[in-house]
Amino acid sequence: MYPENLKYSKEHEWVMAEAGNRARIGITFFAQKELGDVVFVELPEEGAEVAAGDGFAVVESVKAVSDIYAPVSGRVVEVNQALNDNPERINEDPYGEGWIAVIEMTDAAELDDLLNSDDYAALVAEA
Amino acid sequence: MKRTPLFQVHQAAGARLIEFAGYEMPVQYSGVLEEHRTVRLKAGIFDLSHMGEFLFTGPEALGALQRLLTNDLSKLEVGGAQYSLLCLENGGIVDDVIVFRLAQGYLMVVNAANIAKDLDWIKAHLPEGVHLEDQSEDTALIAVQGPEAARIVQALTSLALDGLYSFEAAEDQVAGKKALIARTGYTGEDGFEIYLGAADAVAVWEALMAVGQPLGLVPVGLGARDTLRLEAGLTLYGHEIDERTTPLEAGLGYFVRFEKGDFLGKEALLKQKAEGVKQKLVAFTVEGRGIPRQGYPLLAPDGSVIGRVTSGSFSPTLERDIGMGYVQTAFAAPGTLIGVDIRGKARPAEVIKGRFVPSRTRRRP
Repeated sequence: MYPENLKYSKEHEWVMAEAGNRARIGITFFAQKELGDVVFVELPEEGAEVAAGDGFAVVESVKAVSDIYAPVSGRVVEVNQALNDNPERINEDPYGEGWIAVIEMTDAAELDDLLNSDDYAALVAEA
Repeated sequence: MKRTPLFQVHQAAGARLIEFAGYEMPVQYSGVLEEHRTVRLKAGIFDLSHMGEFLFTGPEALGALQRLLTNDLSKLEVGGAQYSLLCLENGGIVDDVIVFRLAQGYLMVVNAANIAKDLDWIKAHLPEGVHLEDQSEDTALIAVQGPEAARIVQALTSLALDGLYSFEAAEDQVAGKKALIARTGYTGEDGFEIYLGAADAVAVWEALMAVGQPLGLVPVGLGARDTLRLEAGLTLYGHEIDERTTPLEAGLGYFVRFEKGDFLGKEALLKQKAEGVKQKLVAFTVEGRGIPRQGYPLLAPDGSVIGRVTSGSFSPTLERDIGMGYVQTAFAAPGTLIGVDIRGKARPAEVIKGRFVPSRTRRRP
């Protein structure tokens, strides 16, 4: 449920470090399960500059609205436009087709501030 | 937290449970969207045992209820049901209820969250000669709703459901257990609400699931119950109606019968009717994407605030975002273009007429 090759934020985002200082971002299995059926994703603008901790996207489920915080700082270079028509991909495949955006990081060292898979699993086990 | 007699059934079905009105209730089983769509296409089964049931008996019961409620019960025959409102003297809504006329008296069904408040209000206004029995704890309530509902319930009762229309009820048996079978619901679909002794709830639920599953019946939680009623344009206490709103503002004037005689709230409501309401409840669709949530401001085309959202959701049937809310009367006509402030962004919206999906209840011809 929490792949070992990813990093995790306490706000339930995951980050996949990619070549070229890129960080692919989505929400975790736990987050999508808590939210329930996702019906709308307000995606960030491509090119937007974000700082770690900024709200940069919004995921709406039937019952709740949830801010998605940028786990790292940088520039949004790619967004998953497929979520406009198929927001349910966040539920179906949170670590794959349900990715939200890619941020080109200004400081890759911020990744070290995030949780690893075991620590994140422990965090949600308490929830 | 209280539990209904069906709690263990929900747990075994893998429901997600939440606190609602002091009860631990299922909010969803397979998922809100799937449950919602199944009710529209096939059928869903709901545990509503948290709701309250008050039985009024005695020679003065009718007179007392006529004074407590806004609708006119005098022409209701045994086996009839009626939607009605309990109002404060100032016209604010204490609760919305359904009243059944039974052989032994009148049964009032109230919102779970309002049971204690309603009892206090009613007892304070109950004359001598009326016996009020709170049966809430001993009564289970199971709803079966959707196009397959009649076939499912008919398989378990000898009552001829062909002869039972919307807002009619009969005392009979379901799966061998004594039940009040009402053709009522909160989804906009044809369906039934089955009142049972608490001890019979599990057996009847399981019997309904056994005959219903091959026809597509699924258990449905409070999440889809809310989106279903919203699409049907039905008000929910605590959202569209409360003690600060009146039936006239909420578009429930049909259920206020001034000609029947005196009732609590009459004077204030007559005055409001004569002066005209300042705000009206409307249903609206949002252009583009963005879900209006309770409390979000509603806007005039010039951006000024003209009201507030009371409920909103993604509509699984229309596949767009919808809501209800109060606006200043000048903006309440169907077709009026308004806006909704969704977290600081104004989204265009349009007032629609009444409801989002057509009613499919089975009206007596």
